[in-house]
Amino acid sequence: MNIAALRFATTAASGGGQVVPTLVPNGRPPGWRNPRPPGPYRLLVIGAGPAGLMAARTAAAMGARVALVEAHQLGGNCINQGCIPSKTLIRSARLYAEMREAQSFGVRAPAEVVVDFPAAMARMRRIRARLSRVDTPSRLVTEGVDLYFGRARFIGRDAVDIDGSTLRFDRAMVATGSRALLPEIDGLDDAGFLTNETVFDLDALPASLLVIGGGPLGCELAQAFARFGARTLISHREPLFLPAEERDAAQMVSDALARDGVEIHLNCQVVKVSLKGGRKHVELLNEGNTAVTVVDTILTGIGRLPAVDGLCLKEAGVEWDPKAGIRVDDFLRTTNPRIYAAGDVCVEHQFTNTAEASARLVVRNALLLGRQRMSRLTVPWCTYTDPQVAHVGLHVKQARERRIPVKTFTVPLHDVDRCITDGAAEGFVKLHVHEGTDRILGATIVGLGAGEMINVISLAMVADIGLRRLAGVIHAYPTQGEAVRLAAQACARTLESSLGRWFKRMWLQR
Amino acid sequence: MSPITPLRVAAADESLTAADDAMLDGLQRAAFEYFVQHTNPRNGLVADTSRTGSHASIAVVGFALSTYPVGVERGWMTRAEGLQRCLIALRFFLHSDQSGQPESTGRNGFYFHFLHMDSGRRAWRCEVSLIDTALLLAGMLTTAAYFAAATADEAELRGLVDTLYRRVDWPWAQHRGAAVVHGWKPESGFLNYGWEGYSEAILLYVLGLGSPTHPLTEASFQAWTSTYQWENLYDIDFLFAGPLFIHQFSHAWIDFRGIRDRFMREKRCDYFDNSRRAIRVQREYAIRNPRSFVGFGEDCWGLSAGDGPSSKPQRVAGRRQAFYGYAARGVPWGPDDGTIAGPAVLASVVFAPDIVLPAVRRLSALCAFDTARCVRASGFNATAQAPEPGGWISEGEFGLDQGMIVLMVENFRSGLLWRLLRGSPCIRTGLRRAGFRGGWLASAPVQ
Repeated sequence: MNIAALRFATTAASGGGQVVPTLVPNGRPPGWRNPRPPGPYRLLVIGAGPAGLMAARTAAAMGARVALVEAHQLGGNCINQGCIPSKTLIRSARLYAEMREAQSFGVRAPAEVVVDFPAAMARMRRIRARLSRVDTPSRLVTEGVDLYFGRARFIGRDAVDIDGSTLRFDRAMVATGSRALLPEIDGLDDAGFLTNETVFDLDALPASLLVIGGGPLGCELAQAFARFGARTLISHREPLFLPAEERDAAQMVSDALARDGVEIHLNCQVVKVSLKGGRKHVELLNEGNTAVTVVDTILTGIGRLPAVDGLCLKEAGVEWDPKAGIRVDDFLRTTNPRIYAAGDVCVEHQFTNTAEASARLVVRNALLLGRQRMSRLTVPWCTYTDPQVAHVGLHVKQARERRIPVKTFTVPLHDVDRCITDGAAEGFVKLHVHEGTDRILGATIVGLGAGEMINVISLAMVADIGLRRLAGVIHAYPTQGEAVRLAAQACARTLESSLGRWFKRMWLQR
Repeated sequence: MSPITPLRVAAADESLTAADDAMLDGLQRAAFEYFVQHTNPRNGLVADTSRTGSHASIAVVGFALSTYPVGVERGWMTRAEGLQRCLIALRFFLHSDQSGQPESTGRNGFYFHFLHMDSGRRAWRCEVSLIDTALLLAGMLTTAAYFAAATADEAELRGLVDTLYRRVDWPWAQHRGAAVVHGWKPESGFLNYGWEGYSEAILLYVLGLGSPTHPLTEASFQAWTSTYQWENLYDIDFLFAGPLFIHQFSHAWIDFRGIRDRFMREKRCDYFDNSRRAIRVQREYAIRNPRSFVGFGEDCWGLSAGDGPSSKPQRVAGRRQAFYGYAARGVPWGPDDGTIAGPAVLASVVFAPDIVLPAVRRLSALCAFDTARCVRASGFNATAQAPEPGGWISEGEFGLDQGMIVLMVENFRSGLLWRLLRGSPCIRTGLRRAGFRGGWLASAPVQ
């Protein structure tokens, strides 16, 4: 990809085919008046997404003088255009899928499943508004945060400009997040398209939808829209979806999408889009073969780019890369030692939990002389397709590249009683351990409750709990989480020495 | 040629009856007949399937070449006829169009996966296939090892094989790094994926590493094996791969008993033993039968690549079950639509006869009017609704299946293919460069 040609969605402009997203309530009250800047802030935070909010609150709670600057509205991608709206819609879509599959559960299916898409969208907006009540400007002010709305622009190594006002700082943290990366496709702009920043503003279900990009966002929304009843296609340049996940997991997601009726185009590029009669004619190229399909709506989800536009980072001596974002060391310090970065704008894993964890790390390192390393964090993540795909720690390949002997304990969910009773036996728990020990290196879980189950693995890794100990933990029965215990028990069995087995046998046969 | 260690383990000897021996002989002979009946005598190309209008598959040609020595040894074909069949095929490949044009036969010493039976030119818009070329070359090397007499024809054969093997430009396929890609197409260039995870590609790498002219780098094998996953599944430790055929194809030619690369040394296992374990995993899966298919059980197992029903979805144990047609079915992640690959079960006999023979007997009993049919047909499915009582059976035969039956049963009965290829310098060199040590390789001469 040509770095110079990278382009991203802008929330402030409606250029090209992008649709302007709506704002959630409470994110930015009308008539807001910024405070008068006092002397230098102990910490100045730019961006009020998950990372910025976390840092500002944490620092303020410790007694630091904190400024928080937001260009748009509080909450960032997660609540406005990311996890919250997508997960809300996914739940509604899953219910429709379950209604259609009621017979599998011994339940008479409705004679006709009529999808009310506007109602699902209305629920999503209600929930978004409900969650936005937590992070309100007035509450932040009450907590001791000086909140500024406006575009921050560095004007020196220790100062920013906010719409004409100068704010000085002792330490700063940039947490401006990321924007949707847009594909370079002939005719796409003229034809019009949606991104994650605009798809949640749809009022009516498109009759047909092409999703470009088979990452987490693309897979989640392709499945959801297919379940709502839209004819849905997904194109992805690589041979498997979810490039960050292991092959078996990615294949299961592919199979699941196919079961839901998604038309799958792997190893495929969208090369041209043209608008004819109000519909989008899309040329798909696969290994030299071109096919044309016609859809009503296109959604792009090929990745995200760090949002550093307009920050004037050069003025502050902060280096950045258009793709990788702000250059930071393992302590999240930029090339200007006064300035740190957190969240999507600088970290590899662009998740809400990572953003918040990186922000906590910055507060400790910037304000409390901490030396915490980003590389030491244990960060689980999950793609909320059905089945979900959750991961934490190392993949096998990563372990082998580091010459760590690795062995995987695999429990198919069809060996777990509760997964069978729940009709959720598609999936697995794979625990990767340092071979010959019970030390967990990483884990991948695929299943209906993978996102919940991965947390116990994260806990074990952070607390340095080995699988032998985990094997002895009594789990509630029957639960899907027992899959983890079964994997731990398999590990414990293999670690029992042959001498130990011989001794037991002798003892019992005496 | 040094004799090989008799394969029959005690458990197998105890369970192998005269009836079993006769059953294996009958199945092997019937499979061999596929190559007699579906070969173009003018160019040696062999049809991919017995279905009308089938194109040739270069992999099936590789199997065919390997079966001719078996046929000669078993008395099913004269040595002269076997030799002539091989020569015709080898001459065709030597003189085939290697320009890489859309209607050629190959490029850089590799060949398109499917060829027109008559012209030998590329069929459909298929790819120049690395693995299928490797299977073809394995067959060629087998003929060179077998037809070792000091006659003009046999000397010509050996010369042809040497030329064809030497002209393969293996590094050309290292397009995206050390590991090799799957293939190439004239219309779009190299395919967008490489070999990841354990697979039948071990044969490909050994042949590429053994080349005296254009060898793969040793890093290629390390790059590929770095994607391996050593798993404990159903309390069985093994190098994971889902479909049975992956655990078999390379073993048709290479005797992996007792020889170990770095990965297997670390795991204190070898690839042969690993296949035995994979078979136990297959059986464990069938016993669980998580999708409640008809017939699956202790003696009815075996998911692999092959034909399956393409019928409309139907309810199975309350679930909506789709059927996948030709697919690489695997254990335990599927796809699984209740289709058993009989040939893959039979080809497993060399690894675990104590488990496999009961399964073959059961499969034989499923189709009363033709006991070989359920074993040799590409797929059998007792769950899918079918016109015939008892279940769906794949129409006709597939060349790959028949080839695996002939070779693996022969390896079980006599070890012929292993013995032949143990003597092949390029196989020995390739194995050593891949890091294999020990076993028969320790005493084999270094080239």
